[in-house]
Amino acid sequence: MSHGHYELNARNLLCPLPVIRTQDRIGELQPGDQLIVTCTDPGALNDIPAWCRINGHRVVDVSSHARELSITIMVCD
Amino acid sequence: MTQQRAQQRKAVALISGGLDSMLAAKVIMEQQIHVEGINFYTGFCVEGHTHAIRKKDKKKNKRNNALWVAEQLGIKLNIIDVIDDYKDVVLNPTYGYGHNLNPCLDCKIFMVNHALAWMEEHDFDFIITGEVVGQRPMSQRKDTMPIIARKSHADDRLLRPLCAKNLPPTLPENEGWVNRDLLLDFQGRNRKPQIALAEHFGFSEYAQPAGGCCFLTDESYASKLSDLWETRGERSYELDDIMLLKVGRHLRPLPHFKLIVAREEGENHYLEGYRHQYVHLQPISHKGPLALLDGQADAGDLELAASIVARFSQGKRAEQVVVEVVDPRAGITSLKVAPLAASDIPDSWYV
Repeated sequence: MSHGHYELNARNLLCPLPVIRTQDRIGELQPGDQLIVTCTDPGALNDIPAWCRINGHRVVDVSSHARELSITIMVCD
Repeated sequence: MTQQRAQQRKAVALISGGLDSMLAAKVIMEQQIHVEGINFYTGFCVEGHTHAIRKKDKKKNKRNNALWVAEQLGIKLNIIDVIDDYKDVVLNPTYGYGHNLNPCLDCKIFMVNHALAWMEEHDFDFIITGEVVGQRPMSQRKDTMPIIARKSHADDRLLRPLCAKNLPPTLPENEGWVNRDLLLDFQGRNRKPQIALAEHFGFSEYAQPAGGCCFLTDESYASKLSDLWETRGERSYELDDIMLLKVGRHLRPLPHFKLIVAREEGENHYLEGYRHQYVHLQPISHKGPLALLDGQADAGDLELAASIVARFSQGKRAEQVVVEVVDPRAGITSLKVAPLAASDIPDSWYV
């Protein structure tokens, strides 16, 4: 079974909205899927990984370009 | 194994990110209850925004305290967007406002009611909060706390572990899911019992005591929101409206328009996200702030607006500053203006 790769645009949203949007999107995905969240609030760099740790998902990559952050999340069971 | 042992009871805890809700959850977790957190995002939460926007706050920890608390407790946290539903609480509070535009009692009823809906949907047994009798002037009084239980329809499924012994027993206590003897009898504004309990649990770090977590309790913010309603001629708002009230200097030189002038680079970046929605101005001959214009402005108004924006630029003492004016619908123009002197900007313009 192949896993999906999805993107979420959370630019110009301030925390906790990027977390809420991530939470809601991941709720629609399957274990093994990956979600790339792009955001501009530097607070997301702490909050999205914290949300993932609490809820058992895995951050597999974090990168930044200009003022944008990209956080790649592996959806886990 | 008895039925009671087989069925672990589950509580949903309202987690604000402050110490009291953290302690309340921990007290119940100590009784082998499964606890999950819930946190409501109203749009007015101080959490995160000011830290995220302003560069001068860069050194402040940009963590979300509710998430941080959940992680310390080892519980799941569900953050719920209630921005739209919450409008009625702000606009039409049954129990009125506190000192500013804070509808604290209606707010707590709203949150407990939404926690109740979540509890029922997820098959949990009861709700816990960090409320303490006598701690807050509006929502945490002996006479108002029963109103919250009743009006939220949570009734005896609402347990306040930190002051339970000062209140009638609730369902979890009566059913024996929770041992009332192990609950607490805190009351009043004294924080020492909470701090001692935090030490007992080994919590060496926690957010400052509750009270400063909502912009609606802030006099300056409430003044800006009142101005918004007054000048629009109606009490309503969208998320962008209330977000922009948190950013920049707000000046209303004339009743029909307002300027939102960035105070520093972080705010400039934030306001850039609104350039496609608002007429905006920025000095181009000198370094200076981005400003959004909210309202209607004719050519003379734009001259005035440009001279105000020039006042906050590095050209404030120059004879002339060139300000670019961008109207997303009409295009770009440049205005050469003399910056206003500080004495030309009356205090009454500041919203």
